[in-house]
Amino acid sequence: MDYLYYPGCSLSTSGKAYDVSGRAVARLLAVNLVELDDWNCCGTTPYFSAQGLGAFSIAARNLAIAEKQGDGKMDLVTMCNSCYMTLSKTNHYFAEDERMRKDIGAVLGAAGRSYGGGVKVRHLLDVLTNDVGLEAVKAKVTRELNGLKVAAYYGCQMSRPGAEFDDPEYPMTMDRLLSVLGADPVEFPMKAKCCGGMLMTTSQDVALKMVRDVLSDAMENGAECIATACPLCQINLEAYQGDINSKFGTNFMMPVVYFTQLAGMAMGLTRREIDLGRELVPNTVSFFRDYVAA
Amino acid sequence: MATQVGARDMGRLSDVFLEEISRMPGGDKIMACQQCGTCSGSCPTAYAMDYTPRQIIGWLRAGELEKVLNSNTMWMCASCYSCTVRCPAGIKVTDAMYELKRLAIKYGFTPRGVTGNTLATVFQKNVDKYGRSPEMELLARYYLSTNPFGMLKMAGLGLKLFRNKRISLAPEKIRGRDEIQKMLQYVREKGEW
Ligand code: SF4
Ligand code: SF4
Repeated sequence: MDYLYYPGCSLSTSGKAYDVSGRAVARLLAVNLVELDDWNCCGTTPYFSAQGLGAFSIAARNLAIAEKQGDGKMDLVTMCNSCYMTLSKTNHYFAEDERMRKDIGAVLGAAGRSYGGGVKVRHLLDVLTNDVGLEAVKAKVTRELNGLKVAAYYGCQMSRPGAEFDDPEYPMTMDRLLSVLGADPVEFPMKAKCCGGMLMTTSQDVALKMVRDVLSDAMENGAECIATACPLCQINLEAYQGDINSKFGTNFMMPVVYFTQLAGMAMGLTRREIDLGRELVPNTVSFFRDYVAA
Repeated sequence: MATQVGARDMGRLSDVFLEEISRMPGGDKIMACQQCGTCSGSCPTAYAMDYTPRQIIGWLRAGELEKVLNSNTMWMCASCYSCTVRCPAGIKVTDAMYELKRLAIKYGFTPRGVTGNTLATVFQKNVDKYGRSPEMELLARYYLSTNPFGMLKMAGLGLKLFRNKRISLAPEKIRGRDEIQKMLQYVREKGEW
C-alpha cells in the first residue's frame, strides 16, 4: 500500500517521536509512506487567523504537489490533527464550491501550480484501522499490552467537522486499535475535547484549565497513561502538568505518548525504534519499561 | 498594514465581513442563526470571552461589528469546531471566528490583553519567509513583542525540550519559497481576503 506522507512542521521538531514511531509502525504493516516533495506549512490556525484565501492557497499547494507526485492515485496521509483538519477542510471547500475552486486555482496559478481536486486527505489512524484493518494489526502483535489502562485522546480537530472516519462527539477508532494491541481503553468522556491549542501560548490560564479537565477525566476513569494522535495535544497535555499541579493543587504525573508508540511497543519494536525517551513527564520510560526492550 | 477605522466606516466593515464570510461554502448561512445558544454551550472557552459565540452572531446581525472587533472573543477561540459540528442551522461558527480575527488584524483592532493577533502575525511572517513554521523562532519573536518576562518563564520548558532534542534552532526552509512569495503577492495585488 503506497501513500504520500505529509509530516507537517511539528513532526520534525517537538513531535519527532510521532514521526519516528509512525513511520516504523507503518513499515511493519506494509504501509509505504513516501514523503511529499517540498511540502510547506499546512496553514494551520494562526496562519488562518491572519490570511484567508492566502491560507487556503498555501494549504492547496501541498494538495497540488500530491496530485502530481502521486499521479492522482495516492492518498495524502498525515498524523497531525491540525494538518489533517486544515488540508482536508481546504480539499472539501475546493470540491464543494465553484468559486473557491476558481479563487484558489488563480492563486496557485501565480506560482505555476494547479490542482484538479484529485487527492484524498487521510489521517494515519484512519489508514491503520480501515485500510490495513484491525485483523492485520492484530497479526503483528508480539507483546500484548497486558490490559494497560489507556485513555485514548483524540483531541478536537481529528473528527470535526467532516467527521470522515469517526464520530465527532465520541470517536472510537483509537480505542478499538488499542484493544487489539492488548490494552484496556478506559471510558473517557473528554476524549474529543480541545487541549487548548495555541491558547497555551496566548491565554495560558484558559488553556491550563482545559488540559486540567482532560487529565482529571482520564485519571478519574482509571487511566494509567494517555495516548494521543496529535503533536500539539501531546505537548499541551504533557509539558504543563507541573504548572497545573501548582495552579490547581492537583497531583498529575501522567505519561502521555503517541498511539503509534503504543502500537510499536505491542509489535515488538525497540525503545529507539519508537523514539521513547524524549518525554517530559519523568516516569514515562520506567512506566513502560516492562513493555519495551532496550 | 493596519488601518484604523472610524465609526463611519463600520457599516462598510460589516459589509466586508459578510462579503468575505460568504466566499466560503455555506458562509452566508450566518443570517439563519436562531440564537439558540448551542454554540456557546458547546464552547470550552466561552466563559473567558467578552461575548459568547451566540452573542457575537447577534451583534453581527444587529450591525454592531465594532463591539465584536474590540472584544477578546475571537482571540479566545481555540478552533476546536465544537460549535460548528453542533449548530442546528449549519453555521460554520469557527470560520466566522477566523474571519473576525483577520478583520481585527487588518483594521488594527487591538483589545487590551489580547496577544493572539501578535502570534498570528509572527506565525504568518515566518511561514511566508521559510515555507514552514520554525517553533523556536515563533516563540522567541512572540514573547519579545508581547511579554519578554514570559520568555523567562518559558525558558525552563524550552531547556527541557532542548535537552530532549525536541527543538531545532535552525529553521527548516522549503525550496519553493518563491512560489509562496508569488502566491501571496497575487493575493495582495488583487486585494483578496
Ligand atoms: S448554534 Fe448556530 S443557530 Fe444556535 S446560536 Fe449558535 S450560530 Fe446561532
Ligand atoms: S471553535 Fe472556537 S468558538 Fe467554537 S466552540 Fe471551539 S473555541 Fe468555542
